[in-house]
Order: sequence, then structure tokens, then C-alpha cells
Amino acid sequence: MADRAQPLIRFWPGFGAAALVAALTLGTVLAVALRAEGWAGLTPSDWAAVRFTLLQALLSAAISVALAVPVARALARRRFRGRSLLVTLLGAPFILPVIVAILGLLAVFGRNGLFSYLFGTIGLPAIDIYGLHGVVLAHVFFNLPLATRLILQGWLAIPAERFRLAASLGFASDDIARVLERPMLRNVLPGAFMVIFVICTTSFAVALALGGGPKATTVELAIYQAFRFEFDLGKAALLALVQFTICTVAAGLALWAHVPEAGAPGLDRAVERWDARGSGSRWLDAALITLAALFLLLPLAMVTVHGVPGMAGLGNSVALAAGRSVLVALAAALVTVVLALALAFAVQAVRGTIGKGVLEGIGYLAIAASPLVIGTGLFIVLFPLLDPVSVALPITALVNALMSLPFALRALVPAVAQVEHQFGQLADSLSLHGWARLRHLYLPRLRRPVGFAAGLAAALSMGDLGVIALFADPEAATLPLQMYRLMAAYRMDEAAGAGLLLLVLSLSLFWLFDRGGRIDADT
Amino acid sequence: MLTLERIDIRQDEFRLTAEFKVDDRALVAVVGPSGAGKSTLLNVISGFFAPVGGRVLWDGADITDAAPGKRPLSVVFQDNNLFPHLTAFQNVALGIKPSLKLDKAEAVRVNDALERVGLVGMELRKPGALSGGQQSRVTLARLLVRGRPLILLDEPFAALGPALRVEMLDLVAELVRAEGATLLMVTHHPADALRIADQTIVVANGVAAAPVPTQALFDDPPKVLRDYLG
Repeated sequence: MADRAQPLIRFWPGFGAAALVAALTLGTVLAVALRAEGWAGLTPSDWAAVRFTLLQALLSAAISVALAVPVARALARRRFRGRSLLVTLLGAPFILPVIVAILGLLAVFGRNGLFSYLFGTIGLPAIDIYGLHGVVLAHVFFNLPLATRLILQGWLAIPAERFRLAASLGFASDDIARVLERPMLRNVLPGAFMVIFVICTTSFAVALALGGGPKATTVELAIYQAFRFEFDLGKAALLALVQFTICTVAAGLALWAHVPEAGAPGLDRAVERWDARGSGSRWLDAALITLAALFLLLPLAMVTVHGVPGMAGLGNSVALAAGRSVLVALAAALVTVVLALALAFAVQAVRGTIGKGVLEGIGYLAIAASPLVIGTGLFIVLFPLLDPVSVALPITALVNALMSLPFALRALVPAVAQVEHQFGQLADSLSLHGWARLRHLYLPRLRRPVGFAAGLAAALSMGDLGVIALFADPEAATLPLQMYRLMAAYRMDEAAGAGLLLLVLSLSLFWLFDRGGRIDADT
Repeated sequence: MLTLERIDIRQDEFRLTAEFKVDDRALVAVVGPSGAGKSTLLNVISGFFAPVGGRVLWDGADITDAAPGKRPLSVVFQDNNLFPHLTAFQNVALGIKPSLKLDKAEAVRVNDALERVGLVGMELRKPGALSGGQQSRVTLARLLVRGRPLILLDEPFAALGPALRVEMLDLVAELVRAEGATLLMVTHHPADALRIADQTIVVANGVAAAPVPTQALFDDPPKVLRDYLG
């Protein structure tokens, strides 16, 4: 095996991909570092942004995890109709366009939303959603489902036999909590908390829509403001460096805390529990599950209800923006899949765990990089060469692709390893190398993970409101940006119509790719 | 005395009926082909599987709907009888109080039980640091401290080698006799039944038959048992 000829095609695209990813992540940070003002350039309001970023991330992660524990427990021990649908839905916020969710949250919790209306009928004042609590609310909306899935995974990882043994020994619910559940939670919670903390530190769109002002500005938002409103590139670069530091430290802590897997299969089974048959715990679980489902579904239902009439009044600009967004999303999906496949093949082909680790690690760099940091760096690099605004859409597609790369690698690296393990020797014995191996072995066997990765990348790109806001050309907005502009102009009917269109397009893109990978896949 | 009264077990296409009594202090083997429902029968008695009809009685009291831990019995499963993150002492102590808050006298009982199964000095080891035979002994020590009058074993020593299995069977028989308990043991090996069980229940063709003397059964096996034994 050691002297087996390794076809070059399996190396070089991977090294090229790794170089590109490194340039876009580390290279842009370098550009930012060279351009940044000294640390002394940080004003009190910048420090306030740092504090707010950490505070809101801390609160969002803590609340998401704390609420997720009872919901996950309820899901772990109950069987009911629609349970597997609900568990699937818990994965949906991940591909939901942030700005659409915010529109839905406004319709439920905003000044003119459902709750304010209900409060008004009993003489209470309307809710003000803007500020820290609004940002945290939106982050909990996105991350409670993620936390629930991660923790549910922990619950279902406790072997059913242990619950049976516990029942045979007459354990009450507290005994099961102490002997089985709390040790599991001690393992799972730190990782779940840290991963949500990392996600929330890079939050831009939520802070843009629901934060702002001196009291509720995140570092990402401050970068955007320094860039767009103050035209202060040195300041933006300095803030980008601050953001990079926060992300790197947080991601390092997350790795140290061991992030659990959310994608593992088998979440659609419930564990038989003999201790939780009382009607009290049944009602409690039913209430928890209902509340969690409502929290998730009500904003989306409101987007749909408001969006349907709004769809009719959509103008040309929204249609054009939608067209641009679809093109950007398709490009991002293509780039993600090509980069991920190239890296995955190289990881497979390189010998030695260090080489594999370095290559795979480069693919995951995007986790610690934020879109606005990359965007700022790219602007600094491109500005002397050309008008960055003229390449806003290609850059958006590229940065979006980069952001999806870690998830694509997570799906593809193990899949490639498995194909090689199962069929590698057979392919070698048939001299199936190079393109032939790619076309006749890898691509057919990898259809499912490739379809999933492409769907994820397309949906994430479709809904992204990050780097595009930085480069935005007034004439060439994407759909999320156009929708944000409509919201900022209080044209809420049109915004709702655009929101529904965006939601439908995002989910359809994901569904089409994911489905395309599954149909006729001879597993 | 254990009584199964017109028990009717159904799971999809599968069906099994049972109607018999088991005498106190009897050591009874449960034999039959794979998939005939030996384990399911034990699960009905232990409360892990609900029959569609019939009653399970212990000394005349109906326990059909009692929670598994509330029944006058202890179960030993095929595997996963110990919590891997708890020590041998704690795993046994669970049999007295799931809260593990033992008083002095109770701790002494746990240590006595561990001594009776030959595990002196192993109290603080976790299952991962014990051999397969030692793990089985921890499970038996827990049976002792629980002191329930009926003991159900579902092929408990299938993973052990032949010599060790015989050793464990003899230990089980000795402990069960000493405690004056009743034993129901599922096994695939006629030799196991002949070694320790005075009576045997044959589960085949959808019926769990009443216990009959083991020696006589294997001397002149009925057709279902002949087919199974080959």
C-alpha cells in the first residue's frame, strides 16, 4: 500500500482549495492587521460594543441552553404524532434567512405585534423589542432549537438498557436525573453553550435589525458602521481585528469544551420511560413541547400570513433582487461543493494524521472568521485594484461559500473516507484513477452528502445579510438586503411579501439539492 | 407463588399465551427456539411489556399493572446490568436505595453481599475495570441486597466462556437456595437447565407451557422440544 501510486488529481485541487481558503481567512486578517490603527484607537464606545457582544452572547447561550434542557427531556421521553416532524423542524432555523425570522419575531413580539395587541386589550403598554432583550430573543429563537437538538442527542445517547435497568431497580424520576441524566448534561451542556456563544458573537443581521445605538451595538455592527457611515477603514480594520480575537478565543474554548454532534441520525425515536407515567409530568411535557413549537412556528406563520397579500404588491426591484440572490446562492453552492470535495479528497489522499489535520483544519478556519472581517480585509486588498462595489455579488458568493465550507466538510470528509474504505481496493484493482475514479466511484457514491452540502450552502447564501451589506451597491441589492431596506423604510407590507418570497426560495433551494442527492441514490 | 392467568401477549404478528403457576422456591429454566418469546414472557412478568389480556399474580395479589421497580422481583438482563460510571459498591447499593444515601447498617449489607459473591477488595472498581465474571458477580450481589422473592434471569451469562458460565450458574443456584427465592432463567443450553433447574418451561408454537420436571422432560422430550434440540 505504501508505494501505491497516488494520482495527482487527488492532491493538487485540494492544496489549491486550502490555499484559497487560507488566503481568504488568514490573508484577510493579515490585511486587516496591517491596515488597522493602534489598539489605542479604540474609543469607549468600541469597548462598549465589545462588552455588549460578549454580554448578549452570554445571555443568548445561557437562556437557549437553560430552556432547551426541559424541552429536550420532554422530547426524549414522549412519543406523539408529529414528533419526528417537530424534530426535523428544529433543524430548520439553521437555514432560515435571519432577516425573515426577525420580521416574524417583530410580528409576534414587536410594537405592532400579536403580544403588544393582546397586552393592549388589557390596558398594558406595547412591547419595545429593540435593544439587548430583542437581540437575545432573536438569538434564542435561532439557537433554542439547535440547543434542543444537541441535548436531545445526549439524552438519546444514553442506552435504552440503562433506563430499563433503572426501572427494574425502582428508580424515581429524581434518581434517574441524578444517576443518568445529570452526568450526561455535564458532558453535553458546556459544548452546546460554547457553540451558541460562538455563533452569537458573530451575529450581524440580528444586531443590525434589532440592536443599534450606543447601548446595543455588537462589534460586527460597529465594523459595518465605521465602514459605511464613517468611511474610516483604519477603524473598521481595528474593530475587525477585535472581532477576530473574540471569535478565535471563543472558538478555541468551544473546541476545548468538545462540541457535540447535532447531525447524528436516530433523533426520531423516543426512549421508553417507566418513571414518567404520572399525569403531572405528562402535562408538563405536553406544555413544554407546545410552547417550544409555538415559539418556533408562530413567527413563521405570521410571515406567511402577512406575506401572502404583500406578494401581490412586489415591485420590479424585489424580483430583480430575488434573481440576483438565486444566482449568488447557486454560485456559492457550486464553490462550496468544489472546495469541500477538493479538500476532502486531499485529506483522504495525504498520508499521516498531521497532514490530514492541517488540511481539514484549514477548511474549518471559516468558523473563527466572521463575514465582516473577511469583507473588510477583501475591501482593503481590492480597493487599490478595482472598485470593490462592482464585484459585490461575486464576493458575496465567495464569502458565503466559505461560511458553508465547515458544514460541507463535516458531511463530506467522513463520506469520502467511507467510500475509499469500502471500494478503494476494488477501484485500485481496476485501475480506476483520476477523473474516472471521480466520475464512476466518488460522485455517484457521494450524491447524498454533496446534495446536502449544496442545499445548505445555497440556502445559507440565499438568506445571508452580511458581507453584502458592507459592499452594497444601491443598484444591485440581494433579496435579504432589499428586504432590510424595505423594513428600514417601514414599507412593511412589501417587506412581508419579500420575506415570504425569500423564505420560499431558501427552503426550496435546500429541498431541491438535498432531495436531488437522495433520489435514486443506490445506497 | 407466581401465577400467570390467561396471559395473552401480542406484538404485530407475534402471539404467545401462558397459563401456569410456579411453586415457591422452585428453580425453573425457560427453554425454546429463538424468537418463540422467552424474553418477552420474562418482560411481561417483570413489567417491561404489557400483555393485551390476562393477569400476573404474586401470592394472589394482582401485579399486572405495577411499575417494574415495584414488583416483588429482580431481573438480570442479557447485558447492561451495571451502570458503567458507578463503582461496584454503588451499583450494588442502588439495590437498597436509588438515592445511594446509605446508613451504616445498609453499607454493611452491601459489603457483606460483595463478600458473599467473592468480590472483597473490588468495591471501588467501576465495571470497565472488572472482568466479565466479576461484573456478573456484582449483579448477583445486588440481587442479594434487594432480597426480592422472585429472580428472573434472561440468558445472563451468555457472554461468558463455558467454564465461567458453569461457575456462575452454581453460584446463582447456591444464592437463590440460600435466600429461599424462586428463580426463572431463560437459557439456550439444555445442560444449564439440567444442572440447576428442577423444573422447565418450554416456550414454543405460541404457548408457554406449565413447568414440568427437567430431567423427565429431557429424557423424553415432546416433539416441539425435539425439533428445537435437533
